[in-house]
Amino acid sequence: MDFYYSLAQIIGFHTLLGLSAYIVLQTGQVSLAQAGFFAIGAYVAGMLTVLAGWHLVPAMLVAGIAAALMACLVGFPALRVRGLMLVIATLAFGEAVRIFFFNFDYQIAKGGVQIGPLGGEGFRQIRWFNEHGWTSLQVMLFVWAVVIIVAGALWWSDRSRFGAVLRAVGEDEVAAQSVGINLTAVKVTAMTIGGFIAGLGGSIYAHYTTHIEHLNFNVLLATFAIAYPILGGLRSVFGTIVAVIFVQGFLVEGLRFLGDWRNLLFGALIVLAMNLRPNGLIDAATAQRLARLLGRDQIGREQFGREKRRA
Amino acid sequence: MLEVRGLSKHFGGVRAVDGIDFAIRAGEVFGLIGPNGSGKSTTVNLVCGLYQPTNGEILFEGNDIAAVPTHRRLSLGLARTFQNIRLFANLTVWENLWMAENAPSHRAEAGFLRRWVGGRGNARHRIAEALEFSGLAHRADDLAGSLAFGEQRRLELARALAAKPKLLLLDEPAAGMNAEEIAQLDERIRALQQQGYTILLIEHHMELVMAVTDRVCVLNFGRKIAEGTPAEVQANSAVREAYLGTAN
Repeated sequence: MDFYYSLAQIIGFHTLLGLSAYIVLQTGQVSLAQAGFFAIGAYVAGMLTVLAGWHLVPAMLVAGIAAALMACLVGFPALRVRGLMLVIATLAFGEAVRIFFFNFDYQIAKGGVQIGPLGGEGFRQIRWFNEHGWTSLQVMLFVWAVVIIVAGALWWSDRSRFGAVLRAVGEDEVAAQSVGINLTAVKVTAMTIGGFIAGLGGSIYAHYTTHIEHLNFNVLLATFAIAYPILGGLRSVFGTIVAVIFVQGFLVEGLRFLGDWRNLLFGALIVLAMNLRPNGLIDAATAQRLARLLGRDQIGREQFGREKRRA
Repeated sequence: MLEVRGLSKHFGGVRAVDGIDFAIRAGEVFGLIGPNGSGKSTTVNLVCGLYQPTNGEILFEGNDIAAVPTHRRLSLGLARTFQNIRLFANLTVWENLWMAENAPSHRAEAGFLRRWVGGRGNARHRIAEALEFSGLAHRADDLAGSLAFGEQRRLELARALAAKPKLLLLDEPAAGMNAEEIAQLDERIRALQQQGYTILLIEHHMELVMAVTDRVCVLNFGRKIAEGTPAEVQANSAVREAYLGTAN
């Protein structure tokens, strides 16, 4: 059973990573910096619980805020460039963060042992869960509580003016400007929120794995971050969650018995999924059909009803 | 209402707009016409801020708006439609109109949180009206990209109106429309003028321009060659030359 709890935790923090890219992608920006924000969250939260002896929850919040501040700072210059140039700029940022942690030493003596991040050796002993006697079931429930809060907030935002503005900017920047939308403000806000979510995810990851090092936060992780929402579709947070379960639960774990063939099939399945559902597993049209099926989200419902009665 | 003085826009060596002047009075429908490539769309893009002018002034209600960023010009009262329709294709019709609700009165009516993460309540009534006006009520929940061409044009106009502008810039609203749709557009433009909108109409469809405008300005190669009532402009020899070529 522990295997499944552990898998659920992995799916949990990968979902947070994916959601952090989801909100940025909604504005039409492809950011490979999410792994960098994830790393900042992991290191900051780890240092707060291990070195400063904080409780995990405030440590997570501070880690999220630290990553969000960094995302906001990166957002201003980075979002002046577009498309491929933005991909390169954010990729460079992500790598810069990784190299920073590769060279980052901050150790203090605690109980006769040196603890803290030590460059390429990484940062060991992030054992807050163990030390406080949490079972893996409890950890899993905690992780998913965070995921549900974040996903719920984004689900709500998708329905609000804020979410629609994000999507409008992603659709057409010129039209968005001419209906009075401030592009810079919208993009930087999305980037900042994305940074916060990635920071939360990173702080959970650090405490899940207990040992982090710079290599955990490489380009592959950044690619996964944008792959989830793209694969899942940008219309609904559920798309991203489904995509993470598909990739982490099915492709990575479910196909383990295939050995080396797994990676081949992994790539093929992603190509297949993108071809069958070019706009993601849950695209705008599907989301709308689902909403209609559930009888909700009828925007002009009252007025709609009137129309029908008249007809 | 809008005054343009010595307005120029050069792209490298190309003088797309070259020192034009005109003034639009409040309440009138002002036509801007000219052959292809004469600088009409560039002029609209300058007025709404997508391009920065090389030279000249744009005065809106007496204030120079050259330094005002594009997204703020909407709340000053400048809204536009695009020649090549630019809707938010993956947003619903209703959401497209909602996005344009950015006039100062819209911003003032709800607090920050209620406006951005609150429900859709405030906007519901107004958007229902806009949908009624443009005949799109039955498509409110459809994605804008799934509309027929004529409906998309109507939605663009409705979206510009949703911002409660003082001056409406219509960039070739009749392009690609059939005769019946143009007749409807004619009616709509007249109705809007009745309601007190000032309109800058850029159009190739001469019948429409001559029918609905109060005054017309004619551009050719980025310069103004004539201005006056539709009848005066039609009688102008320079205009005939520009459209038909010289007699010899």
